Amino acid sequence: MTIAATIDAAPTELVPGRGGGGPAPTRIVVAYGFWIFLLSDFIMFSGLFAAYAVLSSNTAGGPTGRDLFNLHNVFIETMCLLVSSYTCGLGAFSAERRRPDLFFVFAALTFVLGAAFLFIEIREFAGMVGAGAGPSRSAFLSAFFTLVGMHGAHVTSGLLWLAYMAAQVAGKGLRPNVLRRLVCWSLFWHALDIIWIGVITMVYLMGAR
Amino acid sequence: MASDDSVFGQRVLEDRTPGVEPEESRANVLSYTAGFLLAIVATIASFIVSQTNLLWPPGVPVGLVVLAFAQIGVHLVFFLHLGSGPDHTNNIIALAFGLLIVFLVITGSIWIIANLNANMG
Repeated sequence: MTIAATIDAAPTELVPGRGGGGPAPTRIVVAYGFWIFLLSDFIMFSGLFAAYAVLSSNTAGGPTGRDLFNLHNVFIETMCLLVSSYTCGLGAFSAERRRPDLFFVFAALTFVLGAAFLFIEIREFAGMVGAGAGPSRSAFLSAFFTLVGMHGAHVTSGLLWLAYMAAQVAGKGLRPNVLRRLVCWSLFWHALDIIWIGVITMVYLMGAR
Repeated sequence: MASDDSVFGQRVLEDRTPGVEPEESRANVLSYTAGFLLAIVATIASFIVSQTNLLWPPGVPVGLVVLAFAQIGVHLVFFLHLGSGPDHTNNIIALAFGLLIVFLVITGSIWIIANLNANMG
């Protein structure tokens, strides 16, 4: 059987995405590739979570989570991130519907909420370091600053990326390639929320008990 | 060519990858809002469970982990739009592998170090 005959004999009623309808659209492939990156990021965070879980009781006579954590602040931080995830989704939705005006409103809201999260976190870190509970105090605090600080670094890069995306939408308009980058950015922002759920559960809620 | 276009147009309207919304559909704002409300409820429940004795105290960590997994599921489905559609097969398989590695790293580390602590203590 020749190659051409084999192709002709292939079933044509396959579902798109399961072999039918030709290659997947670019946005499917791009989102899949970025999803692989996000999963590798989750795996990197799992190493930091494991280190924290192992070291969290080794306080070397220093302050424990119960002494240090202020759940009131953590609740406000969590709400900032959750609401920013919602506005990020609405922004992506506005962009899909070619509404740059709405996109800029939601992008600004997302940026402000993300910046508020970072502000509270940096204030918390500065307060802990000022009170002699910096990362060098104990293994528990080293693990804490590494894990929570890594999440904060991701939020910072997400904010920079958001500003860059807003500049692209302003300069280039909502072209298909800009839309695909926006999709990747919103995936990144939602993924940060998922990591944060792990952080509040394992670090703050269990640590403050 | 016309048939190709219609197939492509149909795909664009029907399939959904993580974070990609089909156009011309109001259901997505609704699903975002539903996911947002569910996430808020799960978060508040976590804080209440951790701060009160609503649950049997030794069971609180288990309750917190269950709530965390529930909220992660809500985020994956409502915010990242992971679904069971054909174009999600690859995403779901990759997620399953990622979860396997995350599970091995975290539980493996806790298990081994607890063992070492017990033997050295």
